[in-house]
Amino acid sequence: MSLNTPTSPHIHDDTSVTKVMLRVLLALVPAIIAYSWYFGWGLLINIAIAATTALACEYTMLMLRQRPVAPFMTDGSIVVTAILLAFCIPPLAPWWIAFLGTGFAVVVGKHLYGGLGYNPFNPAMVGYVMLLISFPKEMTTWLPPNLVQDLNFGFLTSLNAVFTGNLPAGFSLDGITAATPLDLIKTQLNQDITITETKNSYALFGDFGGIGWEWIGNWVFLGGVWLIYKKVINWHIPVAVLGSLFVISLVFFLMDADYYGSPMFHLFSGAAILGAFFIATDPVSAATTPRGRIIYGIGIGLLTYIIRVWGGYPDGIGFAVLLMNLAAPTIDYYTQPRVYGHKRK
Amino acid sequence: MMRRLFNFQGGVKLREHKRESTQSPVIPANIPKTLILPLQQHIGSPAVATVNVGDKVLKGQVVAQAKGNVSVPVHAPTSGKVAAIGKHNIPHPSGLQSTCIIIETDGMDIERRQKSRFVNHKDLSPEQLRELIRQSGIVGLGGAGFPSHLKLSAERNRVKTLILNGAECEPYITCDEMLMREQAIEVIEGLNIMRHALQAPRCIIAIENNKPEALKEIKLAVKHNNLDFVEVVQVPTVYPAGGEKQLIQTVTGKQVPAQGLPIDIGVVCHNVGTAYAISRAVEHGEPLVSRYVTVAGSVAKARVLEVLIGTPVSDLIEECGGNRKTLSRVIMGGPMMGFALHNDDVPVIKTTNCILVNSSIADVPLPSRSKHALPCIRCGACSDACPVGLLPQQLYWHTRAKEFDKVQDYHLFDCIECGCCDYVCPSHIPLVQYYRYAKNTIWQQDREKKLSDISRQRHEFHKQRLEREKRERAERHKKKRQAVTADAAQDDKKAAIQAAMERARKKRETTNTMPKNTEQLTEQQQKHITEIDQRREKAPGPRTES
Ligand code: SF4
Ligand code: SF4
Repeated sequence: MSLNTPTSPHIHDDTSVTKVMLRVLLALVPAIIAYSWYFGWGLLINIAIAATTALACEYTMLMLRQRPVAPFMTDGSIVVTAILLAFCIPPLAPWWIAFLGTGFAVVVGKHLYGGLGYNPFNPAMVGYVMLLISFPKEMTTWLPPNLVQDLNFGFLTSLNAVFTGNLPAGFSLDGITAATPLDLIKTQLNQDITITETKNSYALFGDFGGIGWEWIGNWVFLGGVWLIYKKVINWHIPVAVLGSLFVISLVFFLMDADYYGSPMFHLFSGAAILGAFFIATDPVSAATTPRGRIIYGIGIGLLTYIIRVWGGYPDGIGFAVLLMNLAAPTIDYYTQPRVYGHKRK
Repeated sequence: MMRRLFNFQGGVKLREHKRESTQSPVIPANIPKTLILPLQQHIGSPAVATVNVGDKVLKGQVVAQAKGNVSVPVHAPTSGKVAAIGKHNIPHPSGLQSTCIIIETDGMDIERRQKSRFVNHKDLSPEQLRELIRQSGIVGLGGAGFPSHLKLSAERNRVKTLILNGAECEPYITCDEMLMREQAIEVIEGLNIMRHALQAPRCIIAIENNKPEALKEIKLAVKHNNLDFVEVVQVPTVYPAGGEKQLIQTVTGKQVPAQGLPIDIGVVCHNVGTAYAISRAVEHGEPLVSRYVTVAGSVAKARVLEVLIGTPVSDLIEECGGNRKTLSRVIMGGPMMGFALHNDDVPVIKTTNCILVNSSIADVPLPSRSKHALPCIRCGACSDACPVGLLPQQLYWHTRAKEFDKVQDYHLFDCIECGCCDYVCPSHIPLVQYYRYAKNTIWQQDREKKLSDISRQRHEFHKQRLEREKRERAERHKKKRQAVTADAAQDDKKAAIQAAMERARKKRETTNTMPKNTEQLTEQQQKHITEIDQRREKAPGPRTES
């Protein structure tokens, strides 16, 4: 008689990487809908391009690296990467932006570093930063939210615009695109126009953040809170990122409200909330100890602010995440939790 | 009165599966045809057989005597004849065999003598009590099997709190629960005896809050006996609430120092089953020959039985309506920390609390896992679940990289192998298996290092002796030659001898230079080391994911 003798434990929670990633995707759905509501079909088209590219690249890389294809193709992580990157790409950007960005993210950001679990940098942000540096013009021309100017482009029109660059008669890309609120404030400030003046003369600003953006932010927030509730992510990183961003922007805002945006503006414009809940929390590249996660999150919040206000790029989340990725192993090493029965070091 | 509880960190909530086996009252299991009594059922040195093949034995008779202080005797659980003394399969994760006394039972169950006179434990000194408990063969029945008398020492009155562990946090296991429900009075009696032996001022009985009936019975028994120094507390149902260190933290708020013992913070922790056994031994003169065992899983009738020590697991499975032909896995202990048996002909021993049967037909209740693990995604679920506060993902990482000193930096040896990390890991990595592998490798290396240190010392010693002898020989030669030289008159001869001596001295000098340690190895040693290295290279580490 031969009995199986696996080692303990003999039972396991009903969980898997695929399930974790599916939850992340589910949490992104409200944000995707809200985003599409304000900016049209562009995001969905970008997601489609990015996801297809990502899966194709993943497949190719797995074959080249001679790794088992099925488990890795179905783990879902690559789709999450693709969607997060798509969020960072302007809605009607030419198709090759999403294509190149995702390709770079998967091939260089993920697989050349060793694939799932081994990449020190967040692949989506690797792709994003590459795009931002290489194609600054394409990456910074956003559509205005339809609350400002209702373009009402249909699906086919949008598709056409993405793939051929042609817009319906009477529209030109330069004519309809606008900067993001963060970008706008930055360029205006460079010309010595205060935030108050900018806000008054442009219709891009809403109640507390960028118009449209603020509501997308709310939906992202909702998804993020659900992820915490479902224990997919811990509260440490989002709270630390948003908290530190809030505090530092408050300090400067109180010093000079004309020159520095309000805390709410910083939280609800651009990718701060998405970054805090979905990008900075990418487990592979983040810090992993509880205290480490807080330090890591604070680092991202502060760096984001610094880059936004004094750096050369309108939004700093991407760079901040990559920089803190670099620091994560060190942070982990110095923030080991106290082990039962040991004294704190 | 409510005691303030202190939660330990981490832990997991598990499905309990305790209802099935707690529906019917405990009955004695059938007396099997043969009983298999391993000489070692406890931590410490094995007992020594005191019977011979062919001897008739009576129930309760000593068949193997304790050897040394960290050891307890083994008693015959029923009457019969010693059929054999020799190697037999024993319940051990390794699947190894060990020396057992095999008794053919006669079904008469005749006791060795009339039950001993009733003893009031108050009449005995703590020292006498400990000896009586030891002679009754009692070890910790909660799982570890440490001889109980050693944990009942009143030495310097250090024990302030005696904790009775009735948490029983692993799924399926219900023997302690049924014991508390059915034998509460005896359990409390045992507690009393232990307290007397320890001279402990207060006692706490901790029971998980998923056992209301057990709690009720125990509370009644405490009240009935008017024991105002005993506190019965309900602890939250979180695995591993019944882990000794976790339980101590929950009820006292204190942590057992690393590498220390509970006694260092004035606590001693015993299992409720041990208390019952002690009560039977002291009050009724019965040595430890049976215990409560849960039989659960793929059997027609899951239940708790009072089982004679030595009963083959296969008998129990059949008695509870399990099919021996369709067994795929039999776990001794719980699903989180228990181990899979290699054979179902192994006996129940003193530490066996549960037999969990898995059938190959439906692969329930412990479905096998797909072999495919994904890489660690560093999600931290494991470190959130670890009750010790370790970073399982780092332990795993460094184990895979075979960086064993780093693994120890991350406190590998504080890991209690509770399995929480493994349970929650979304990548399905067999984490605990990696930690066992790392621990074993480190122990192995330590042993090898010690061995090679010893042999190196020996070798150096030998080398030194050879050198000394050589020196002495040279010395003697020199003297002889000097004598010769004195005789010789001719100068040129002298010069020639001088030159020869010069050469000899040079040669001596070169041979006198001590070679380095590694160059000094004998051929055999070198071969041995190469062999070890090769074996290590080849050694199949734990399953690696691809
Ligand atoms: S739970 Fe598994 S995948 Fe997550 S960090 Fe721990 S070992 Fe890695
Ligand atoms: S098995 Fe070890 S590392 Fe894993 S949770 Fe338990 S104590 Fe922590």
